Amino acid sequence: MPTGPVRAYWVGRWREGRTSAWGSRVRPAILLAVTLGAVAVASAGDDTTRTSSVFAPVSGPADAVYRVATLALAITGAIFVVVGGLLAYSVVRFRRRPDDDGTEPAQVYGSEQVELAWTVIPILVVIVLCLVTARTVYDVQGAQKPAGAIDVTIVGHQWWWEVRYPALGIVTANELHVPVSDSADPTPTFMALESADVVHSFWVPRLAGKTDLIPNRTNHMWIEPRETGLFLGQCAEYCGTQHAHMLLRVYVQPRAEFDRWVAAQRRPAAADPAAADGRRVFETTACVNCHTVRGTVATGRFGPDLTHLMSRATLVAGAAPMTRASLHAWIDDPDRVKPGALMPAMKLDAPALDQLVGYLATLE
Amino acid sequence: MAVLDPTLAAIRPAERTSALATLHEWVVTVDHKRLGLMYIASGLTFFLVAGIEATIMRIQLVVPENHFVSPQVFNRMMTMHGTTMVFFVGMPILLGFANYLVPLMIGARDMAFPRLNAFSFWMSLFGSLLLYFSFLGAEGLYGGGNAPDVGWFAYAPLTARVFSRGNSTDYWTLSLLVSGIGSIGTAVNLIATILCLRCEGMTLGKMPLLVWLNFVVACMILVAISPLTAAQIMLLLDRFLGAHFFDTQAGGSAVLWQHFFWIFGHPEVYVLMLPGFAFASEIIPVFSRKVIFGYPFMVAATVAIAFIGLGVWAHHMFTVGMAPAGNAFFAVSTMLVAVPTGIKIFNWLATLWGGKIRFATPMLFCLGFLFQFLCAGLTGVMLAVAPFDWQLSDSYFVVAHFHYVLIGGLLFTIFAAIYYWFPKATGRLLDETLGRWHFWLFVIGFNLTFAPQHFAGLIGMPRRIYTYQAGRGFEVWNQLSSAGVVFQLAAILVFLWNLGRSLVRGEPAGDDPWDAWTLEWTTTSPPPAYNFETPPVVRSRRPLWDVKHPEDPDWRYE
Repeated sequence: MPTGPVRAYWVGRWREGRTSAWGSRVRPAILLAVTLGAVAVASAGDDTTRTSSVFAPVSGPADAVYRVATLALAITGAIFVVVGGLLAYSVVRFRRRPDDDGTEPAQVYGSEQVELAWTVIPILVVIVLCLVTARTVYDVQGAQKPAGAIDVTIVGHQWWWEVRYPALGIVTANELHVPVSDSADPTPTFMALESADVVHSFWVPRLAGKTDLIPNRTNHMWIEPRETGLFLGQCAEYCGTQHAHMLLRVYVQPRAEFDRWVAAQRRPAAADPAAADGRRVFETTACVNCHTVRGTVATGRFGPDLTHLMSRATLVAGAAPMTRASLHAWIDDPDRVKPGALMPAMKLDAPALDQLVGYLATLE
Repeated sequence: MAVLDPTLAAIRPAERTSALATLHEWVVTVDHKRLGLMYIASGLTFFLVAGIEATIMRIQLVVPENHFVSPQVFNRMMTMHGTTMVFFVGMPILLGFANYLVPLMIGARDMAFPRLNAFSFWMSLFGSLLLYFSFLGAEGLYGGGNAPDVGWFAYAPLTARVFSRGNSTDYWTLSLLVSGIGSIGTAVNLIATILCLRCEGMTLGKMPLLVWLNFVVACMILVAISPLTAAQIMLLLDRFLGAHFFDTQAGGSAVLWQHFFWIFGHPEVYVLMLPGFAFASEIIPVFSRKVIFGYPFMVAATVAIAFIGLGVWAHHMFTVGMAPAGNAFFAVSTMLVAVPTGIKIFNWLATLWGGKIRFATPMLFCLGFLFQFLCAGLTGVMLAVAPFDWQLSDSYFVVAHFHYVLIGGLLFTIFAAIYYWFPKATGRLLDETLGRWHFWLFVIGFNLTFAPQHFAGLIGMPRRIYTYQAGRGFEVWNQLSSAGVVFQLAAILVFLWNLGRSLVRGEPAGDDPWDAWTLEWTTTSPPPAYNFETPPVVRSRRPLWDVKHPEDPDWRYE
C-alpha cells in the first residue's frame, strides 16, 4: 500500500483531474445541450436509477471520459455543421435549373492547393484529438491505488456476477456495495475482473467505461464515486442466452452505512430453528453442490453465495425482485423465470418447496 | 453503338428456349455478366431473409420484457442477421458488381479466369446455403440448438464445445470457410483481370475510379480473408480434435480469437465500403455533369485507407484490457483513417460544386449516402477516442454507427448502383417515380430506425440483449427504432415492385441513358456475351466525353 508522499502525489493527480482545463474551460455546455438535449432530459431528476447516461458521470473514470467525449462531440459537431452545410449548399446552389441551356458546366480536374488544405487541416484536428485521447488513456489506466482503496474481485458467470471482497471476507452476488469517496480522503474501489466461463463486460455507465471479464486473464478497473445512490449497469459483452438478464446494481453508500453493510455481510448465515425443515431440504438436495451458505454443508461455487440472500434487492441477476413469491417460482421452474438459465429444476414436491423457500427467506 | 454485324448477333442464344434449358445455361455459364447478376440476385435474396430476421428482433424490442420470441430465437436471429448481411449480402452484391462492371469498364471481353469465376460464385452460394441449412441440420449428436447463436464475430470461448453444443457453430465456421475460398478466388481473378486485360490506351492512371477501388478491394480481400480462414480452422481443430487455441478451460486464449477475427474484420469493413465509394465516384460526376475532382488524390486516398485500415483492428478491443500504449496506438491509427476518408468526401463535394446536378434516383441515393456517411464517419471518430469507446463499445451507439456505415453508406450506394446500371444489364430503365418513393421512404425509415439507437447506447443500453427492463429510458428509443422498420419495409416493397415491373414493362434504355462517360455505355444494353465487337481504344479516363466533345477532349488535361 502506498503511503506518505506517494499517496499525496496520487491525491494531487486525483484533484487535478477533476478541476483541469477540460472541466472548466473547454466544456461547451451549450453545444452539448443542443446536440444531446434528449439525453440531458432523460438524465434529469434525483432518482439515480432513472438514467444510466454516460453524460451524467458521478465517478473518476466516467468524469474523465465525459471530458474527452465533450471535446470529441464539439469537434465532430463543428465538422458536421461545416461539411453538412457545404453539402446542403452545393445541392441547392448547383441544381440544374429549369431554364438550363443544356451545355456542360466547366470541367475542373482538381487542385493541388485545395487537396493539400483539406489534408493538412484534418491532420491537425486528428493530432489534437490524439493527444487528448492518449492523455486520458494514461490518466485512467495509470491511476495509482491509494491506501484507503477498497479491493473487490468480480467474477463473471453465465449469467450473474460474483462479487468478492477478499480483504473483508465477503462474498455476494449481482450487487456491488462501495463507499462514497471524499476528495480529501479518497476511498476509490479497485476491481480485479475475472470470468468463470465466457467473456463478459462490466459496465455501469455513470461510474466508468466498460472493461471485459475474460477467462484465463485478470483485468483491472477502478471507480471513485463522489455521489451516493444506486447505479445500474449490466453485462455489455454478449455471453450467451441470458446476456440480457445479467444486471448489475452498484450501491454507493456513505462510509458509515457501508461499514454497517460490511458488518452485516460478515455475520454467519441465520440459523432460525423455525426453518430447520427447510434447511434440511436445502442440505439434502443438489442445491449444496452449487451454492454456498456459510456455516452449513453448502460450499458450492458454481452458483451465487446465498449466505445473505435476502439482503439483496433482486433475484437471478435482476430478472426478478427478491420476494418469496419469485423465489418460489424460480426454484420451482428456473426456465420459466429466466429461460436458458443454468440452474436445474429440482422437482421438489409442494411441501418441500415451501419449506425450502421458508428457509431461504430467513437468510437475511 | 449498336451491334453492327448481324452474324455476331446471331451467336446469341435463341430467344425461345425451355425454362430448363435456360436454367442449365445459367448454371453452367462462365460469362462474367451472368455470374455478376447471379451474385447480385443471391445477395438481394439473402438481403430479404436477413431483413426479416432484423424485423423479428425489432418487434421483440418494441416493449420491455417482451415475449414475442424466446432469448434463444432472438440470439439466433441476431447471429444470422449479422453473418448473412456481411458475408452473404454485402460480399456477393459487391463482388457481383465488380464482376459485371470491371471487364466492361476496362474494355475486356471477360474476366481473366472465367472458370475460376464460376467456381468462386458457386462456392460463395454454397457457403450461404450451408449457413441456412443449419436451421435443419445443426442439432447434432448433442441436441444443442439449431441455427448459430454465438454472434457474428463468435467470440471465444462461447464457441467452445462446452458452451456451444450441437453443430450450429460448425455450420457457421464451415460456411465462412467455404465462402472465403470463393472470395479469394474472385479477388485473384479481379487482380489478374485489371492488371492484364485493360484495353489499349488504358494505363493504370486512366482506369475509372470504380476499377481502381475494386483493385484495392481485391488486394485487401487477399490479406484479410486469410487470418479469418486460419481462425476458422483453429476453431474446428478446437471443436473436433481437442486443440486448445481458444479453449480457456485448458489454457487457451480468448483474446487471440479477437485479434484473429478483427484483423480480418476491420479490413472487411473497407472491403465492403470501398465498392460503395466506387459507385459514388462513378455516379456523382455523371449526375453533376462534371469530371471527378482530384482523381489522383482519390486513388491515393483509397490506397491510404487500405494500408491504414490494416493497422486499426484492435480498436474493436479497447475494452479487453490492453496496456495504455496499445490503446493509444490503435486510437491514433484509427483516427488517421479519417484523413483519407475526409479527402474522399471533400472531393465528392468539390465534384458537386459548380455542377448542374440532375436529381435522378441514382443521384438521390448518392446524396443520401454522402450525408449519412458523414454522420457515420463522425461517430467513427468518437469511437476512435479510446476512453469514449470504453463507454460506447458494445452499446447501441456502436450498432447505430455501423448501420450508418453499412446501410446509410453502403446500401444507399448499392441502390444507387442498381438504379444506375440496371438499364445496362436489362435494357430497361427503372421507374423514376417509384424510385423517388423508394428513396424517400428508405431515407425516413433508415434514419428513424438507426438515429435513435445512438441515444439508446448513450443512456446505457448494451447491444445484443433480447429484452430490457422498463423504467430505464430505453423504451422510447426502441419504439422509434422499430417504427422506422415499417418505412424501410415499405421502401423495399416499392423497390421490388419497381424491379419486377421495369423488367417487364420498363422504358427501353438505349445504350447510354445517363449521358455517361465510361466504356460500359459504349456497348448495347444488355451487352452481348463478347461485350465489345472491336476492342476499344481509349485516350483518357472518360472515353465517351472525348467522343461527345471532340473539341475539348479530356486527354488534353490529364
